[in-house]
Amino acid sequence: MFEASPLNRRNKRIERGMSALYLIMALILIVPVLVILSILIIKGGPAVSWAFLTEDPTNGMTAGGIFPALIGTIALVIVALIASVPVGVAAAIYLSEYAPDNWLTRLINLAIINLAGVPSIVHALFGVGAFVLFFEFGTSILAASLTLAVMTLPVVIVATRESLQAVPQAFREACWNMGATRWQTIQRVVLPNAISGILTGIILEVSRTAGETAPIMFTGAAFFLPFLPEGVFDQTMALSLHLFVIATQVPDVPPDLPFGVALVLIGIVLAMNSISIAFRVYLRGKKKW
Amino acid sequence: MESAPPEVLEDKPSGAGPQPVHADDGRDLHWFVDKAVAAIVFVGGVSAIVFIIGIFVFITSEGFEFIGGAMDWKEFFLEPAWRPTSDSKPTYGAFALIVGTASVTGLAVLTAIPFSLGSAIYISEFAEGRYREILKIMIELLAAIPSVVWGFIGLTIMNPLIIETFDVPIGLNVLNAGIILGLMAAPIMTTIAEDALKAVPDHYREAAEALGATRWQVTWRVVLPAAKKGLMAAVLLGVGRGFGETMAVLMASGHSINIPDGVFDSVRALTATIAAELGETAVGSDHYQALFTLGILLFVITFIINLSADLVIRGIRKT
Repeated sequence: MFEASPLNRRNKRIERGMSALYLIMALILIVPVLVILSILIIKGGPAVSWAFLTEDPTNGMTAGGIFPALIGTIALVIVALIASVPVGVAAAIYLSEYAPDNWLTRLINLAIINLAGVPSIVHALFGVGAFVLFFEFGTSILAASLTLAVMTLPVVIVATRESLQAVPQAFREACWNMGATRWQTIQRVVLPNAISGILTGIILEVSRTAGETAPIMFTGAAFFLPFLPEGVFDQTMALSLHLFVIATQVPDVPPDLPFGVALVLIGIVLAMNSISIAFRVYLRGKKKW
Repeated sequence: MESAPPEVLEDKPSGAGPQPVHADDGRDLHWFVDKAVAAIVFVGGVSAIVFIIGIFVFITSEGFEFIGGAMDWKEFFLEPAWRPTSDSKPTYGAFALIVGTASVTGLAVLTAIPFSLGSAIYISEFAEGRYREILKIMIELLAAIPSVVWGFIGLTIMNPLIIETFDVPIGLNVLNAGIILGLMAAPIMTTIAEDALKAVPDHYREAAEALGATRWQVTWRVVLPAAKKGLMAAVLLGVGRGFGETMAVLMASGHSINIPDGVFDSVRALTATIAAELGETAVGSDHYQALFTLGILLFVITFIINLSADLVIRGIRKT
């Protein structure tokens, strides 16, 4: 009575085949990452050393290290975070805790989606028009970082909003019933419960910001600067642009040098992402509700 | 401890003691802080709108003079001659650039569709527990690789590979940029498509399974039709991603102005043109403004793509 008919068996075979087919498709997306990583490690690994990270580029960028570019990228990321995190967190608090379901909220959400979807080179044009020329910051760390901040704002907003919304509504209601104001509730109950999720989002933003090239090309990153920036109104080198420059613009670069730069860049980005993911997984395991 | 004992308070009629001025409607310090914070976070919320309008206003104001003056609309959209640096007569025909962007994006999305939809179906319908998590994390890491690193991979790994495999003189072409862009667009398409599949209510699946359908039959006959619109949005967002990609296309497409006959021809993209030329133009010159005009075109097209994807997704939520 419960014996599988030929049709059942056929269907079962199709199911297994399809499952395998889709697994292969997923693997085809993933295998390139592993291949690329191994190639970068094999070809760039020998170039990366402590001296590589702490020395200036020499001989017209065909030798030496990447120290100014590394410092420049760190400076750009820090200034961008200072600008975007407060605005992004405020926006997320508004959207999660205050915003009524009306046309304005829909418009804000649409703006966030579009901000994330606008091509990076258009953000660069905006940075040139707004920060470099209109606000007269010149090509500087400040102009480049603000451009990056506008571009990565959606990352902070979306991550923060998600972690705020993950806090159960009952927590808020309990607090309101004690007579707390909306802000007291957010400050004492909602934010402490969401802070780790917000941090995860910020780490993700660091990774995005560090890897971007197009938005900083014309707003503050220089091809080559043999010294470190002294303030936010100076130009700076940056790892991502440095990779582009030595890979395409400078002749006679020994092949392992750009691979080394690419390895350092992707190492920073993937390390940040992995921290963010590990943090997320850990938090999910710890969640009490 | 200085406060009066309760008996004293009880003696006074209510409201007569030393109380805040507006005690009745609760307007104390906390009330004002609360209102102030509400105002501040509102400004933060609206900032996204301000920035998106700011982007449009600033790129338009930089390119405005050109659009109203030196720009020849017919030439801009229909002529393939982009010669902004010509001494005798500079021409600004963006047709070849538009075709370049379209061909690379088209190939990228075509290659990415089967793999990202396949991955999404596997993750959402077939994978279980830990494997699902690992796959999702790998896809997320794929999305994290910076565009300039992708471009570098196209330049140093794909280029010789294509030259050798297909025996063509140059490996920086539509095929190279298309594959690279496909890999870049795939994670976002996978994520959105998986969301769309996950949004299909479980009782749809249960109903089909109760009738004896296998998991594949459930997926094919029930889940996919129900998630059709979300999958469409995923493809649209993939197109948007490919369309706006800059560094990878600049480095992998060959960057030569060309209407391609096949996948082995080099092309030049709208985004890459801006990235390559903006540094060499004088602020305010025709060339500079023409590049901003390309930016306006990119902004408008990606805006339309994102808007339609959003409308499609909103349509799903309503039903």
